[in-house]
Order: sequence, then structure tokens, then C-alpha cells
Amino acid sequence: MNNLASKISRQLQQIPKSGIRDFFELVQGRDDVISLGVGEPDFSAPWHIREAAIYCLESGNTAYTSNLGLLSLREEISHYVAQYFGPVYDPKTEILVTVGVSEALDLAFRALLNPGDEVIYHEPCYVSYSPSIVMAYGKPVTVHTRLEDNFALRASDVAAAITERTRVIVLNFPTNPTGAIEPVEELEKIAKLAVEHDLIVITDEIYSELIYDDSDPSKVPSHTSIVSFPGMRERTILLHGFSKAYAMTGFRLGYACAPNILTDAMMKVHQYSMLCASIIAQKAGIEALRNGAAEVEKMRHEYALRRNLMLDGFARIGIPCFPPGGAFYLFPDISKFGLSSKEFAFGLLEKESVAVVPGTAFGVSGEGCVRACYATGRAELEEALVRIERFVGTLG
Amino acid sequence: MIDPILEELQRNSRSTPEELAKLFHQDAAAIAAKIQGWEADGTILGYHAVVDPERAGHTGVVAFIEVKLTPEREGGFDRIARRISKFSQVTSCYLMSGGYDLVVVVEDVNLRAVAQFIAEKLSTLEGVLSTSTHFQLKVYKQSRFTIQGESQSGRLPVVP
Repeated sequence: MNNLASKISRQLQQIPKSGIRDFFELVQGRDDVISLGVGEPDFSAPWHIREAAIYCLESGNTAYTSNLGLLSLREEISHYVAQYFGPVYDPKTEILVTVGVSEALDLAFRALLNPGDEVIYHEPCYVSYSPSIVMAYGKPVTVHTRLEDNFALRASDVAAAITERTRVIVLNFPTNPTGAIEPVEELEKIAKLAVEHDLIVITDEIYSELIYDDSDPSKVPSHTSIVSFPGMRERTILLHGFSKAYAMTGFRLGYACAPNILTDAMMKVHQYSMLCASIIAQKAGIEALRNGAAEVEKMRHEYALRRNLMLDGFARIGIPCFPPGGAFYLFPDISKFGLSSKEFAFGLLEKESVAVVPGTAFGVSGEGCVRACYATGRAELEEALVRIERFVGTLG
Repeated sequence: MIDPILEELQRNSRSTPEELAKLFHQDAAAIAAKIQGWEADGTILGYHAVVDPERAGHTGVVAFIEVKLTPEREGGFDRIARRISKFSQVTSCYLMSGGYDLVVVVEDVNLRAVAQFIAEKLSTLEGVLSTSTHFQLKVYKQSRFTIQGESQSGRLPVVP
């Protein structure tokens, strides 16, 4: 067995390792680093949610659940989704509980794609979109968003990318890594395109609750999902989960809402691969949806203040940064310093021990920017700003 | 609705107007004026550090005293509750629903001092029918802060 590498499937060999990985290795093991490189809340899951998980274990609830997930959880999801996003999904047939949105995304691609089918998605984006499409034998088709648009997606760019092989459009607003939100007018145009070309839309709504008003941190702006436009419910797979809003990343809990034919197909993959999400996570999810709103708002409010703090800091230092409408990331434009985003991030880590992620880790259109996550304590953010200021001071 | 800046000060009273200006994107001078207004009109009663009494070397005793009162024809419990509140040993005083009327929180140097306060001052007040005293043994959470809080969750430094 000399050439093990040749035993790896060709399909997988062509997928590059995540660009974020090298950077991770570099940061790992250094204890002086202030990391703005994380992609998860710094809060632990609220206590009442953890307590529900503990109670689940205490009462001996340790078995498999229905492949679809606990019906009581699906009922809560149905209720919540109707309230927050608009459409009503039947908890018995149109909701599938998954191991995070990542699994749901994988299921959706595997359920929908024939080899060579094209999937349009916008970049910069979460690192797994393109590989997940490729692993499902689809063809990733990138539409680039632009700094000048605050990384919103132009419907005209989507239209230009549509071919006869296009099957799916993937949307993620608010976006990781840019924090961008999509103007309702553009969203409506994209919805029309989907209807006109008979396409499926997968909307990754994981950051939907983390949205901010520019003038008032206490104000929760309204969120519009593409699923709420005419003709969209029947062609949309709405993906959501508990990781970001409820600070439950490690629970690995997500869900998909879609017309029954689609959830049925996804369910086929899910039941043969994952079987079901952990019952402990599911019980915690029920508690989160029933009683978690106040805690979500508390965390959202804190992120809103930190977002202001960081925007203020970047403005003071002289690093241009648009005020993103959601998530917990800023995507400042560092191009004026004459370094690539990778050089900037590596330099900042090397000289000042602050970790930000190069924009290019999220696609070529992230060049010139870095992702700075503000899901970190205020004192650390303040210190990070001081260090960043010192670093850019040396760049002249 | 409570002003978010006031809420923020309740969590961290040390926030300066300049810091608050960065967080709320408002003018620092306007925030300073707002705070002065609250201090002047009694909305902000004061500022203090929340300490872990054990670490701080606190040797005194704290008692929670249930007090039953005879309400007065005019003013109900207010006059006597205010009168009780004036004693410097009393750190908090609340009117309660249920089986008694006031909870009076008393701090003093030792058990004897608290007992003396109850016997000589509190119980002898006109209108006080009875008292029932509970001594605090240990503090687990104080003014929103859990003592011996949780260890930080071990987040990975870089995550997509």
C-alpha cells in the first residue's frame, strides 16, 4: 500500500483544503493572541437551554428520535418560522431536523443535483458552499458581490449567471463573512428570476436574528427572507438553526423547511447517513424556541454595541468599513495599505498577535478585505483596535 | 421603556460618556448631560462595586428580617418603612406580598450587633408587630454576578 493518496476518490481530490486551515495552524498554540477570527458567539448557550439538555440526560432520554426529529420540536419550529419568516410549514411533513445547517445544506444539494447541474451562489461566502456542491456532483457557479454595493447581491449578476443547467440559487443574508444584508428590492428581483427560470432557492438564514439598526442598538430591524415573496414558498428550502442566535454551536442543531417532496428527498439521505440529530440537542432546541427570545435579544443587543464600538474604532484608525446590517462580522477594506488580505492578516498576527481572517478565505472577491468577528468581549475588542492601529501605523 | 444607556450603566456603572458614545454612536457631551440629569433627579441613586464578600475579607453578618406591621390609616406602610430604612445598618428594605410585610436587609459587624438592632430599634418601633430573622450563610450570586463564574468556553481561535 504505497500510494494511499491514489486511493482517495478523484472527486474529493479535486477539492482544495479550506484556506482557513493554514491560518488556524498558525494561530493554534499561541496564547497571546486576541482572536477576531472566530465564527461563533463568545457566550455560552443560555443556562435555561443547557438546563433542559441536562434534564434530558437526567430523565434517561437517550434514544434515537424520529428521523425527522422530535415532533414537539418540529411543532415549535413551525410556529417560530411562521412568526419570523411568514410561511407556515406542516410540522408532520415539511420540516426536517438536522445536525446543524451544514448537514441540511449537504442534504439539499444531494437531494437536488444531477452530475453537472449548476448551483449559483454569492461570494465572499461561507467556506463550505462550493465544496458541498462539488461533493454532490454539482457545478458551483460563483456570482461576486462587490464592496461598492456593501456586498449585497445584484439580481442582474444572478440573471447573467443563469444557464440551461442552473438548478439552484443559494442565498445567505446576513452573510458570513461580510455581514451584508440584501435590499428587499433586489431580493424581490431574484425571486422573480427563480420563478421565471423555475429554479430552487436554498436560503441559509442562520444569522437572521442578528440584525442591527444603524442609529439605535436597541431597535431590532425587520428581516425579509426570499421565501416570503409570491411563488417562492413552493420552490424554497429554508435552512436555519440554533448555533448563532442562541449561542448553541456545539449542540449541532439545524433544520430545513420546504415543500414535502423536497424534505422527503432530503430525509432519504439523512436517514441513511445521519439517522437523526442528537436527542439532547433537540430537547435543548425546544427550550430555546419556547423560552429563548429574551436571551437572544440580550445577546443581539450586546453585539449591536460591539459593532458600534468596532465601527467607531476602524473609523478612528482610518480603515474604511461599511456598516454591515447583520451577523457578527465586520469586513473592513484594507486595500489602501498595499498588502493582500492574506499578507495583512499574517502581518497583523505576526507583529501584534491579533487574528483576523483574510477575505480571500471566503472567495477571491474577498481580496482587499479581512473578516473581523466582534463576538468577543469589549475589553478585548478595545485592545485589538489599539494593536491594529499600531500595526497599520507601521505600514505608512 | 428604560433608556438603553441607563440599562448599560446598570450593568457597568464605570462606563464613561466617551465609552458610551462609541457604543451607542451618540454625542459624548449629550450622554454626559443625560447622566447628570439622572443623578440630579434621583433616577441614578448611586454607584458601587459588586464584590465577592469572601474574597473581600468581609467578616460582618447579613440578616434578612421579615417584619410584620400594622398599616396606618393614612400612608399604609410607607411612613414606618421609610423610618426603618433610615437606619444605617439597613442596606435594603422592600414591601412584600405574602405572609409578612417588609423584608429588611441588615448588615452589621457581628451577630450581637444585629440582635441588638432588632431588639432595641426595630421591634420597639410603633407599628412593628413581629420580626423573624434569617442570617445569610453564603453568597452564590450577587447583583447579577455569579460568584465563581463559569470557565470560559474553549472556543477555537479561528473558525469559518
